[in-house]
Amino acid sequence: MNAATLGGRPGSGRQRVMITPEGLALPIALASRGSRAGALILDVMIIVFGLIAFQLLITWIAGGLLEDTAFDPSTAPRGAQEFLQILLVIVVFLAWYGYFLAQELGPRGATLGKRVVGIRIAARSGGRLAPEAVIARNLLRDIELFYPLIIIVVLLIANAGGEEIGPLPWVAAGWFGLFLLFPFFNRDALRAGDIIAGTWVVETPRTRLAATLSTEGAAARGASDVTGARYDFGEAELAVYGEKELQTLERMLRESPPEALAAVQATICRKIGWEPGAGDERAFLEAFYAQLRAKLEGDMRFGKRKADKFS
Amino acid sequence: MKAPVLSSWFGRGEVAAPPDIASATLRSDRFRLEREGEWRRLEDIVARMERGGLKRIADEDLMALPTLYRTAASSLAVARETSLDAATLAYLEALVQRAWFQVYGPPRGFGGWLRDFLLGGWSRAVRSLWLDICIALFVMVAGTVVGWLLVAQDQAWYYRLVPGSLAGNRVPGASREELLATLATEESAAGLSTFAAYLFSNNSAVCIFSFALGFAFGIPSLMLLVHNMALLGAVLWLFADQGLTVELAAWISVHGTTEFFGILLSGAAGLHIGRSMAFPGTRPVLAAAAEAGQRGAVVMVGVVIMMIIAALLEAFPRQLVEGTGSRFLIGGMMLAFWLAYFFLYRPAHAGEDSA
Repeated sequence: MNAATLGGRPGSGRQRVMITPEGLALPIALASRGSRAGALILDVMIIVFGLIAFQLLITWIAGGLLEDTAFDPSTAPRGAQEFLQILLVIVVFLAWYGYFLAQELGPRGATLGKRVVGIRIAARSGGRLAPEAVIARNLLRDIELFYPLIIIVVLLIANAGGEEIGPLPWVAAGWFGLFLLFPFFNRDALRAGDIIAGTWVVETPRTRLAATLSTEGAAARGASDVTGARYDFGEAELAVYGEKELQTLERMLRESPPEALAAVQATICRKIGWEPGAGDERAFLEAFYAQLRAKLEGDMRFGKRKADKFS
Repeated sequence: MKAPVLSSWFGRGEVAAPPDIASATLRSDRFRLEREGEWRRLEDIVARMERGGLKRIADEDLMALPTLYRTAASSLAVARETSLDAATLAYLEALVQRAWFQVYGPPRGFGGWLRDFLLGGWSRAVRSLWLDICIALFVMVAGTVVGWLLVAQDQAWYYRLVPGSLAGNRVPGASREELLATLATEESAAGLSTFAAYLFSNNSAVCIFSFALGFAFGIPSLMLLVHNMALLGAVLWLFADQGLTVELAAWISVHGTTEFFGILLSGAAGLHIGRSMAFPGTRPVLAAAAEAGQRGAVVMVGVVIMMIIAALLEAFPRQLVEGTGSRFLIGGMMLAFWLAYFFLYRPAHAGEDSA
């Protein structure tokens, strides 16, 4: 799973562009293989534990049926027992297929496990996610993973019972391995079910709207709250940086602790030939950010863009 | 990868009131502050849709959704050209993507889809597979003939084709009376419902298998069909040997017309996928496979329903109804019903966008 975790950084091969019907290019990130495996494991665990709980409930009820019969199963009410058995078979079937289908057809397009790791399914074409697609990808999952696993287990049990099983477990294991590794052999990490259904699995964006930087602190008032100093940068001093540096600075202003800001201030002062002061780093950086952004955005309106400090 | 924001799971945090627009010194921030209210309203509607379907959303919100979505999309397009605020751009991209999933999400829930499926969608999908159904039918008939011929040549084949647990008393050399006894009815219905449930999960698993194997260019699907039908051919030969063909046919037809039809459809659906992957025509292979897979999936949901019916027929009427005539009647009725439903029932197509 090393490849999957390495692929976790943005811009590292998992970024795709989706064109909406309005013609707008939207960046989307494919889910990493690791998070998909984790989601599947979670889902299977939820189903299995749910079914075990249900089975215990049924057994408890069936135990109640035996109560007045001196615990002799042959005298228990047959109809009721049979009903419970059928109920169990039907519930298992419905749980297995219904769990995935009902949730992936819902507005979130994700099962509980997928929601926990923050991924969902989407149509590869960029169009609507058809119910048929969800059904197809879930039918295929059984063939890819669960039938071979069941076959292997059954064969191993038969082997333990002294039966001759030949090379069949190896065939099943090869089958299992082939489909398990399938997502590693295509660019979009599609499993066989995704190919058949025309779907892919993408990360669900969860971004909150951050505060506007230019309405607070020195960026808005033009002067520092602490010292009252005004920072005004000239054309030449603002020309050393581009958009990339501006957005790095934005991230620092939003997230970084004061010590990191001091280092940034020192770097900027060295670059533009100022003498760095101490104690008022935030106001300095806010003013620098606002003025740099005003300059770059002003240029942008005239069609001039400066990607980074080298351009 | 972005760490999941836990607070977004447990209710929304309080949203601070946006600052006064006039206080923004940058033109791009004024642009943002002017539109922020609409973005937040869209985010709120989308979040409610994600949580609980459409019922809890007021009509005016639902009416406003497409407009708000397009506003946000155009805001994003403008912001990309005028703003260097990375946080706002990231927020807008995420918002437009989430809203896009809702606006262009699954057109209807499972219930609506099921109604559409039963009232025409299923038979439409089956009809669109007609060529594959013809091929699969041919293969099934050929498989039966092969099974018959193999056993007729060498009786050892019988034991290879028919698993021991299934054969019971139905083995070469059995007398006419023994064979007839295997076709007899049960005394009471006790235990038969469990039998039905078992038959159903077994048969539908075989069908799903045969569909999904279509992935390997359809060849395993066809092999599975041949194998299943060779079994039928072998049993047919056995009973024909004792002059019991009609009785056996009646016994099988009760559930067999439904069950074999279902197997035929699942084989055809698998073959359809395999065929469109091997011969995608002018489309890309992936697009062809996805198209065929979705069509096949519709057929497969229907096959599961057919298997439920077949299992019920197999467990109850077949074991309880006596007499060749009445057995043929049940089987024939079912066959006529399926044929009429698939090929004569053609309601007007409601269209994708009406929902």
